[in-house]
Amino acid sequence: MDDTLLSIQGLTKAYPGVVANDNVTFDIGKGEIHALLGENGAGKSTLVKMIYGLVAPDRGTMTLDGASFAPPKPSVARQAGVAMVFQHFSLFDALSVAENVALGMENPPKPRDLAARIRDVSEQYGLPLDPARDVSSLSAGERQRVEIIRCLLQDPRLLIMDEPTSVLTPQEVEILFETLRKLKSEGTSILYISHKLEEIRSLCDHATILRHGQKVGDCTPSETSARELAELMVGSSFATPKARDVQLGEVVLKVQNLELPALDGIGTPLRDISFELRKGEVLGIGGVAGNGQDELLMALSGERLSDPGMVTFQGNDVSRQGAGQRRLPGLLSAPEERLGHAAAPDMSLTENGVLTAGKRAGLVQNGFIDWGKSRRFAEDVIEKFDVRTPGPNVAARALSGGNLQKYVVGREIVQKPELLVINQPTWGVDAAAAASIRQALLDLAHGGAAILVISQDLDELMEISDCFAALNEGRLSQPRPVQGLDMEQIGLMLGGAHDMETAHVAS
Amino acid sequence: MDLSSISPVLLVASIMVSATPILFAAIGELVVEKSGVLNLGVEGMMITGAVVGFAVAVNTESPLVGFVAAAVAGAVLSLAFGFLTQHLLSNQVATGLGLTLAGLGLSALIGKPYEGMKSPTLPKLDLGPLSDIPGVGKMVFSHDIMVYVSILLVAAVWAFLKFTRGGLILRAVGESHDSAHALGYKVVRVRMIAILFGGACAGLGGAYLSLVRVPQWTEGMTAGAGWIALAIVVFASWRPWRILIGAYLFGGVTVLQLNLQAAGAKVPVALLSASPYLITILVLVIISARGAHGAPASLGRVFHASN
Repeated sequence: MDDTLLSIQGLTKAYPGVVANDNVTFDIGKGEIHALLGENGAGKSTLVKMIYGLVAPDRGTMTLDGASFAPPKPSVARQAGVAMVFQHFSLFDALSVAENVALGMENPPKPRDLAARIRDVSEQYGLPLDPARDVSSLSAGERQRVEIIRCLLQDPRLLIMDEPTSVLTPQEVEILFETLRKLKSEGTSILYISHKLEEIRSLCDHATILRHGQKVGDCTPSETSARELAELMVGSSFATPKARDVQLGEVVLKVQNLELPALDGIGTPLRDISFELRKGEVLGIGGVAGNGQDELLMALSGERLSDPGMVTFQGNDVSRQGAGQRRLPGLLSAPEERLGHAAAPDMSLTENGVLTAGKRAGLVQNGFIDWGKSRRFAEDVIEKFDVRTPGPNVAARALSGGNLQKYVVGREIVQKPELLVINQPTWGVDAAAAASIRQALLDLAHGGAAILVISQDLDELMEISDCFAALNEGRLSQPRPVQGLDMEQIGLMLGGAHDMETAHVAS
Repeated sequence: MDLSSISPVLLVASIMVSATPILFAAIGELVVEKSGVLNLGVEGMMITGAVVGFAVAVNTESPLVGFVAAAVAGAVLSLAFGFLTQHLLSNQVATGLGLTLAGLGLSALIGKPYEGMKSPTLPKLDLGPLSDIPGVGKMVFSHDIMVYVSILLVAAVWAFLKFTRGGLILRAVGESHDSAHALGYKVVRVRMIAILFGGACAGLGGAYLSLVRVPQWTEGMTAGAGWIALAIVVFASWRPWRILIGAYLFGGVTVLQLNLQAAGAKVPVALLSASPYLITILVLVIISARGAHGAPASLGRVFHASN
């Protein structure tokens, strides 16, 4: 094809224990905005790192404008006309805008000429920016402009944008989209990585969808509904949930009109969330990542406080109580991020056990830690959940992701919670261990605990949940029993209420 | 107290001489810290430079060869620090302290045969008419070459950091090593070069002590000058010209209090001896209170290029 800019053929990259990209093949046309769509961990970042020369592929070839393209390092990719705007900005706070731009260029002009060129480009593309300002004084949107201008000054043929809107305000997103459309009209190709479906539908000409490192489909986003895109992303094949004999007891958790602003303006605010959870019930919450999952867990665990009356646990209003106070009567939680959130990386497994189980498991008495008991607690978790480690004195950092996941989940389950809130319980865990964690959760529910599982994995949610609800832009859909839910209904819930209405009109 | 016994001309001249060792060490450490590395081994590299420079100068009878050898010795010692911290990822604070202890011990060992000897010293530079200016000529323009080299070095470091691409990359590495790595710069290589430069400068500073200022070898003769150099880097908010001011201020107070002691000031001697340190700390606190830090953001952090 003459109008193909970059052709990717069978690109494969494996890391120890995980295949990040498996035989990925697609083409990016000239002057095309091409979306790369997929969940967290689907292999999007690894793929673009290979295109940008940060990571070398194990197998597969790339062709740029008809010529073979295998950049050994980023500067070679830049010279070939590939530029990249990073998800986490690679900027230097203490340096000025012009200095930051110069660092990203192979042969920067003299400082005075460079400042003039920055002004030209920023006016041309509607990205106002003062070259003399220090980056530390810029907003997230302005910082991104620095990155974009740094790329544009090198007249790229392909601009890679890794989740560019995750830190932007809606107004800044509009400005960015205008710039991207202008670039496209000038013939620049853009590879746009995101998991925000609406953005992709309004901006992109073509989409390639990745799941578990494999290309699972491609489509024209403007002609595909958000629901279909969501289905492609999260996978549509799952076992029909079998009917379960559930004995529901009294209400354990009652959430009423929970509202929480986004943290530091970044992230998703929670909007008007209400639901109830009964003893013995498992509520599965699905949704595309970044729609309020972390925020919901924080609001329930006590990491972030909400207004009085919003969160009621066992009949008591716990909205203003911190995590420690909520843990004592049995509201336990396990967040998604293992290192740094669920576990302190440089502390031993025993110490990490004491951190969440100290009071409830009686490991701390009169302010003193009973190390013997703590060690037995850690050993108990290690044995019951088959954590592969030399012993409880090993630092949490030293465990592989899956093993640490087994430990942090097990640590909460062993404490016999009344309510367990858990985000991504089997993320990065191998199939057998995942099954045993799920079984442990089911056993816990059978014993009378209420469980709230947040997960990206629909199959998992269908397997263990009694009820299913979806988060979309911080709103929670009405929970519905999983029996009788079909893929179409789930897709409607994932796509959000807005999508549901249009789909109803269409059908 | 007889203040008239203090000659202003001699005072300024001796301030310049007494500040030069600290100036060398501090400007070197500034470059190291700008690259994001905290090398607390300045004292150890200085004294190693002092003894190696002295020994080589005595044996070759050429002080300039002594200075070159001192720079090489400081750089070699800093290479050990660089290898440990940059390649083996050891803790920079602990490694730097270890380097100081190692340098002190090593220098005592090397210096044993040279105790009590006198070294050949640098001739005063004849700057022609400049040196003949009354007063100022004797104050500023009749020193040995290394005094002027140290000031030129400050100017060169300032220009390098401000105007050159190499300086920009060095600052970028010290500011955010992860970002610099993402842009494809060789973080470890840049830092190793900075560490070597810092070591060489500290070696020169040490040699200036043993070859010009004193000029003989005594064990432990740096007597904390390396630590003062480290403090001055902070006090100068990592800016080259302020390093010059800081070093001359410290040197000035040191010389002044010696003169005051000699003049019989009615202040306890212990307090006078402590005054350079007290004044340096005072200025440091004032600068910190004003919030003008400018410390490189990655200072002292371990870098490993793992994705």
